[in-house]
Amino acid sequence: MHGNMLVRCCLLFIVLTGHISHATGDTLRGTGDMGVVIERASGSVQIIETTGRTSLAQVNGLGDLSHASIVYSRDARYAYVFGRDGGLTKIDILKGKLVKRVIQSGNSIGGAISQNGRLLAVSNYTPGGVKVFDAHSLELVADIPATYGKQGKRSKVVGLVDAPGQKFVFSLYDAGEIWLADLSKPTKPKIKKFRNVGNQPYDGLISDDGRHYIAGLFGEDGLALLDMWNINKGVKRILAHYGRGQKKLPVYKMPHLEGWAMTGDFAFLPAVGQHEVLVVNRHNWQAKKSIKVHGQPVFVMARPDGRQVWVNYAFPRNDTVQVIDTQSMKIIKTIKPGKAVLHMEFTPRGEEVWISSRDDNLVSIYDTASFEKLSSLAMKNPSGIFFTSRAHRIGL
Amino acid sequence: MQKPASLVCINKSFFRIGTHQRFFQTGLLILLLLGLQFRVEAEVPVARQDVLRHMLKQDCGSCHGLTLKGGLGPALTVNEIANKPRQLLRSTILNGRPGTPMPPFRGMLTEEEVHWLVELLYKGDV
Repeated sequence: MHGNMLVRCCLLFIVLTGHISHATGDTLRGTGDMGVVIERASGSVQIIETTGRTSLAQVNGLGDLSHASIVYSRDARYAYVFGRDGGLTKIDILKGKLVKRVIQSGNSIGGAISQNGRLLAVSNYTPGGVKVFDAHSLELVADIPATYGKQGKRSKVVGLVDAPGQKFVFSLYDAGEIWLADLSKPTKPKIKKFRNVGNQPYDGLISDDGRHYIAGLFGEDGLALLDMWNINKGVKRILAHYGRGQKKLPVYKMPHLEGWAMTGDFAFLPAVGQHEVLVVNRHNWQAKKSIKVHGQPVFVMARPDGRQVWVNYAFPRNDTVQVIDTQSMKIIKTIKPGKAVLHMEFTPRGEEVWISSRDDNLVSIYDTASFEKLSSLAMKNPSGIFFTSRAHRIGL
Repeated sequence: MQKPASLVCINKSFFRIGTHQRFFQTGLLILLLLGLQFRVEAEVPVARQDVLRHMLKQDCGSCHGLTLKGGLGPALTVNEIANKPRQLLRSTILNGRPGTPMPPFRGMLTEEEVHWLVELLYKGDV
């Protein structure tokens, strides 16, 4: 009798624990194959996963996302969305819920997360400057007004990136300066200013090793380069002929430098105003070649293995994406994924690419080897696509 | 609101003529007004208006904000532009503004389309 009871209890226990572990096995998941897509006109985002290529949730109430970008917490659970209207929103992508939202300025352009994942920096147009927040609580930690000149005017801030050593680097559009902020002591930022770097820096990027910060100049030709390993040498001008040239060609959408493709010995850059992608030697910063392309390039992005570079274009030639083979430096494929292609994002190891078509309300997924369209997801005016693999990369 | 000169003229003559003529002239006036309205709308066809409105919101919005509160480009809300001459806005859209990232849209947009877009901005009807 007792033995029988014991067996029953054991069986019951096995069944119960079996059930429990089975249940948790179903609900637990990692975030490594997840991402967030901005739906720019409706102030919402969709949380997606790239293994089954599905949408998991939609999160609303994020304000004006006409220009928006995302960084991830280092555990890749939280997405921080920087919106145009100065909104900074923290989203729990596992729960598919908005955790916290603060309006931190009147008008913002983007943000970055510190090396240790504890600080968020946001670059603002109005009032011009950078604000630094605690990544957990979104409480304000430091305020860095971008004041310049004798009258103490405030400049719009662009091209904000993180750099090793709890640093942030950014450019002052109106002032023509690059600032390096050291936030090792978060409440007492140490600022190093580089003046006269060039006219109207409009965006910046940092190489994936965190060594080279480069600002694009709208007001003149050339680029401003800061070697983070040799700060004392100051900002150097490179590629004197890079830019809009003598004719100052009109630019229908500012190129985004974040996507600059650095592959092996070469960097592939969007020409400003011209229908070209420039190939530049990364060691001496000399131009090697220019590749004629379909339109004014906006994003020039390398597949994670660096073998291909994918390019999208400015209005009104924005229905096309082209693929450049980085070895032959030739266009090997032209795709028309839909109207108003705004962004592309590769899966972590690059076998697939997700492409947003704003005016077709579509995100299309392509195989990067066969260029076959694998699937598509309905989204409302999708723009930026951000996968969690960004969580562990410098400058993204 | 100021009445157009031609309308005042017709109104004056309105009382100097017979009933039939008055009826006839009223008809003409209505036709004329309808015609005018039709002409203005015909300059930018409805289908094109949708394209323009979309472009203003989405593409201009990249720099000026979806809510037109500004970005790299200045704010274009009704309050912000109220004191600016319409001609300045029209010319900025057509010719761009040198020294800034604002590109010229001549060739992509006709003068009538720019006119229509600027009116939309002043009405705050984006």
